[in-house]
Amino acid sequence: MKRQTLLSLLVLIGLVVAASFWYSQNHGLLPTAASEEAVLYDRLFSAVIGIAFGLFLIVEGMLVYCLFRFRKRQHDEEDGAPWHENIRLEMIWTAIPTVIVMWVALYSFDVYSAMRGTDALMMAHHMHHHPKSVLVAQAEGAMPAIPHSEKVTIGVQAMQFAWIFNYPNGVTSGELHVPVNKHIHLDLSAVDVLHAFWVPQLRLKQDTVPGTPTHLDFYPTRIGEYPVVCAELCGSYHGGMRTTMVVESEEDYQKWLNEQLEVAQGKDLPKVAVAKMTESEYLMGKVGHHH
Amino acid sequence: MTIAENSISNLSKVIPHEHKEHTPWWEYFTFSTDHKVIGIQYLVTTFAFYLLGGALASLIRAELATPDSDLIPPEWYNGSFTMHGTIMIFLWIVPALAGGFGNYLVPLMIGARDMAFPFLNALAFWLIIPGGLLLISSFFVGPASTGWTAYPPLSILTEQHTGQALWIFSLIILGTSSILGAVNFIVTIWSMRTKGMGLFDMPLFCWAMLATSVLVLVATPVLAGALILLAFDLLAGTSFFNPTGGGNPIVYQHLFWFYSHPAVYVMILPVFGIISEVIPPHARKPIFGYKAIAYSSMMICVLGLIVWAHHMFTSDTPDWLRIFFMIGTLLVAVPTGIKVFSWLATLWGGKLRLQSPLLFAMGFIGMFVIGGLSGVMLGSVPIDIHVHDTYFVVGHFHYVLFGGAVFGIYAGIYHWFPKMTGRMLNETWGKIHFALTLVGFNLCFFPMHILGLQGMPRRVAQYDPQFTQINLICSIGAFILAISTIPFLVNVVYSWLKGPKAPSNPWKALTLEWTTDSPPIPHNWRGTPPLYTHPYDYGTVDYAKLEQLLADHGASTVKH
Repeated sequence: MKRQTLLSLLVLIGLVVAASFWYSQNHGLLPTAASEEAVLYDRLFSAVIGIAFGLFLIVEGMLVYCLFRFRKRQHDEEDGAPWHENIRLEMIWTAIPTVIVMWVALYSFDVYSAMRGTDALMMAHHMHHHPKSVLVAQAEGAMPAIPHSEKVTIGVQAMQFAWIFNYPNGVTSGELHVPVNKHIHLDLSAVDVLHAFWVPQLRLKQDTVPGTPTHLDFYPTRIGEYPVVCAELCGSYHGGMRTTMVVESEEDYQKWLNEQLEVAQGKDLPKVAVAKMTESEYLMGKVGHHH
Repeated sequence: MTIAENSISNLSKVIPHEHKEHTPWWEYFTFSTDHKVIGIQYLVTTFAFYLLGGALASLIRAELATPDSDLIPPEWYNGSFTMHGTIMIFLWIVPALAGGFGNYLVPLMIGARDMAFPFLNALAFWLIIPGGLLLISSFFVGPASTGWTAYPPLSILTEQHTGQALWIFSLIILGTSSILGAVNFIVTIWSMRTKGMGLFDMPLFCWAMLATSVLVLVATPVLAGALILLAFDLLAGTSFFNPTGGGNPIVYQHLFWFYSHPAVYVMILPVFGIISEVIPPHARKPIFGYKAIAYSSMMICVLGLIVWAHHMFTSDTPDWLRIFFMIGTLLVAVPTGIKVFSWLATLWGGKLRLQSPLLFAMGFIGMFVIGGLSGVMLGSVPIDIHVHDTYFVVGHFHYVLFGGAVFGIYAGIYHWFPKMTGRMLNETWGKIHFALTLVGFNLCFFPMHILGLQGMPRRVAQYDPQFTQINLICSIGAFILAISTIPFLVNVVYSWLKGPKAPSNPWKALTLEWTTDSPPIPHNWRGTPPLYTHPYDYGTVDYAKLEQLLADHGASTVKH
């Protein structure tokens, strides 16, 4: 009898583990992964959702089992068994969650470091644990950080209720265009109140803070159009503060930049000639409309 | 026991009708210092606010049934969710738990005649009324619309200037009430336990209230300070948080969350206490792991104070701080897990009386666990960065605060209603209420996790049309949830007036509040409180002998 209980317990645990593993691979909860960071994120997310799903099954399963197995039978007015504690059992259910959350913390730290791979603070750790990035670094002549020239730096200004993107060649646009397979570096600022730059397909989000510059680095890997969403309450039309991020090939990106430059310099469209204005002039005008 | 004696002598001066056997109905409308009257005043008042907060939630879900901002003007929408959150937190869950259940139960459970400071207690309740009215009055001038977090600079530059100011003053008043209550609980629990009751003989609800009160006392003054500075920025043009004058808006976030994360534990620790009281008598088993549950409340209290910046992973927070707060946050799962497993072990092998109190308590475990698991996910810095400020978070905290706190409050109401009113609730309507609540709740809040992961931010009146279907499901769930309140209300009102009379101990429970009349007499017991068992001696107590002891003791008029 005892052996039978143990056996069925093992079978049950096996089933829970199998179900959790299956769910971690097939949850389908996340949108397209359009960047290197998103791929890292999805790996972590899969692991954690798998664990969560397993714990969910165990707790809800026990609850439902109790509901049927231990409900009061008719005419049974007795009390249940007076179990007050069981130190070994309590040690187990203290130790296992501790191990699990510490593992989640370590794995999260690892992924976080890798996602912020260009961050000097995390670089040492990053190289230590990710053979791939060590290879990249060696290929680039043992340079720990990616040379600045290889990064595409774009300025992002958030204001009620629009995004303004400033490109290296002086072009200003309401749409974010980035070349695929390049390190993108965003310099974020806010004109009026807090906003947050979020592209769900990048799995990245960064608040923009008036008076304090913030940054975001990512490496887009998938060509396509993705939403740029403001994720920090910024006023009445917060929900409408959206635009599009276009990830395109290097050639398309250059073509688009040149087109924008021509449009901005074109004589027939003087109103869009934002490139001729200084940044602050442009913003003053823009903000003025809203006050 | 000098404080206990003092408060008894105070009572005889303050309460004019102490010779009365039962509290007259009109006393509930006065500045009564009876902890039981105050407890019920809190519960009824806060439930009224809950209905208002719920009506606002229905309005929000009606707007979100379609992707366009087409039902109410956008600033009204922002006002609605701001007021919804503020009312549910500061005028429903926090005061209903500490003020309502805490006041009613703590003295009865530890065998005291009243709280340590009865006048202060009444004062704390009567601050809720002006605080609440002030907040509601802002509907007439345009309510605060910057979220319950009121982040500057938006909260300084807001067009709803007067509404924001009313919001600040209201919260300062409500926070003061909360602090006064916390002082009272700590002193009462520490020094007014009846003879023979050590700290580890207390019902676990009292441990939970002790941990809660410490948190309130440490954290709430910080919020008050932040709000006063915010008021200066808003009204006097100072620049504590306003970057255009050299202020720092991130500092406000630190101060705000230094209170507002512990506030989550203020809203859930007393519920943990309620669940630890409801399960044993209805499962007919001792609570499993008393000491582990008591200590884990204190551990949550300590850890709860060092996790606040996990709300700021996408703000301009340094990396090492993010890692520190991630580890602290994840560790909270350990004491919480201890509680959940202890409750399951209490149910295991029991003889479950599956009536409304236990159904809601088991519903609590099932729902709270989902909120806990999504909480662990949110604790991880990289996972949080994607879903921060999205519907994933909205789903998460409703599983904690509705699936957790509100289910627990309902469990508590079904459990203690006979004691509080002397009447039994109708069981069939209780079960209908439970079923509707469970279905409506899950339909409303579970799909929100998917919305957030897929890309829908929170606090928006308009959203990407690809999310229309899921939002519609959420809205239908919300309306079922709204309707689920009706059987509860009818049941409570009808039973209070005409329900069958409740005996002094309808659940055969062992905590002290069940040894006196239902409802208890003004000073709780005739003679000394009859402490004959530990609170969770199920399975070992000889009930016939206990009844004889209680009858001989004569603390209650009702024969056991």
